[in-house]
Amino acid sequence: MNLMNYLVLSTILFSVGATTVLVRRNAIIAFMGVEMMLNATNLALVTFARINGNLHGQVLAFFVMVVAAAEVVVGLAIIVAIYRTRRSASIDDVNLLKDVRDPA
Amino acid sequence: MITTMSAVAATLTDMGEASTGEAILFWVFAPVMVVASLGLLLARKAVHAALSVITVMIALAFLYVAQDAPFLGVVQVVVYTGAIMMLFLFVLMLVGVDSSDSLVETIKGQRGVAVVGGLGLVAVLAGVVVTATPKVPEGLDVANGSTKDSTNPEELAAIIFGHYAFSLEVVGALLVTAALGALVLTHRERLVPKRDQKARVEARVKALAEGGTLTPLSAPGVYARHNAMDVPALGPDGEPLEVSVNRVLKVRGQEADADEYAARVDRVLAGGWAHGELEAAEPDTDGDDDTSEEADQ
Repeated sequence: MNLMNYLVLSTILFSVGATTVLVRRNAIIAFMGVEMMLNATNLALVTFARINGNLHGQVLAFFVMVVAAAEVVVGLAIIVAIYRTRRSASIDDVNLLKDVRDPA
Repeated sequence: MITTMSAVAATLTDMGEASTGEAILFWVFAPVMVVASLGLLLARKAVHAALSVITVMIALAFLYVAQDAPFLGVVQVVVYTGAIMMLFLFVLMLVGVDSSDSLVETIKGQRGVAVVGGLGLVAVLAGVVVTATPKVPEGLDVANGSTKDSTNPEELAAIIFGHYAFSLEVVGALLVTAALGALVLTHRERLVPKRDQKARVEARVKALAEGGTLTPLSAPGVYARHNAMDVPALGPDGEPLEVSVNRVLKVRGQEADADEYAARVDRVLAGGWAHGELEAAEPDTDGDDDTSEEADQ
């Protein structure tokens, strides 16, 4: 089996994650889409490490995991804070910066 | 398990092809992962989406181990499925499991454009991967330290704490900052002072002047003298306590008549203790006359 298969799987997962971010309106689900994209890049990095025969790709994947953990903590805290003030986890409801004047 | 899986999957052929065992592993897990990821995209309930993501992440851990990255496989399980997804589930519970998606498009046609964009992204990225002419994969046998009798975590540690030592420090600072940030973001300022035990005691003593009580209200006379809670309890002086009957029963007019019980008490206090009078007033109806007759004699 060619190692390119892993990369194709990685691209599929990345695209599904990206589509999730664009389509879903629930902030938590959209956030999980981001996690899916990060995981897909990690799979690509691990595969690259194997193709190149050194471990730097794996180290980079490791750092991606650490940063993802930090990002999740802060992101979920923001979602909870918004939910407390606005009683909603929908991305569409976060529109305080929207220009509500009549476009005419 | 990890070592055996690595043994199955690790070696590449001279042409850089993965072994048959690894191919089977991949073709079992890859469809599962794609279906589960579509579950994230399509599931109506957020919890189902979270379970789909957990499936993808565990499958990824298997693929990492198969790809000569046992350390990352373990970290994937511990950090992603163990910590991050559990955090997601906690927040789902906090925010409300049934906070379902609105199906209203705020930007018209956005959903269709997004799906087309996603398919286009697959096409472009997969096209790049498929048409690329990569070098012959080298495999990680040497890099993982097979020649010097060391293992993947050891070799990774050598790189992380050697070549990337400064990055590791920065990442550590990032984690501390993130933890503090989460604390600050979810912190709620207390608007009113906490009502502790001392404050409650003082409030009760203060209310005493306006007819409050220091103690809790007494319970109704259910266990003492009846089998329903619409009956008032008797106070130490023998008088029925109106406050012991639930307020709601009084509002509905369902409480037993306190006057009736008061009348009985008055009768007893008026000297109704004499044996004959008591029996005359309340004839023993349960047919068990033996004891009273013995008492008479």
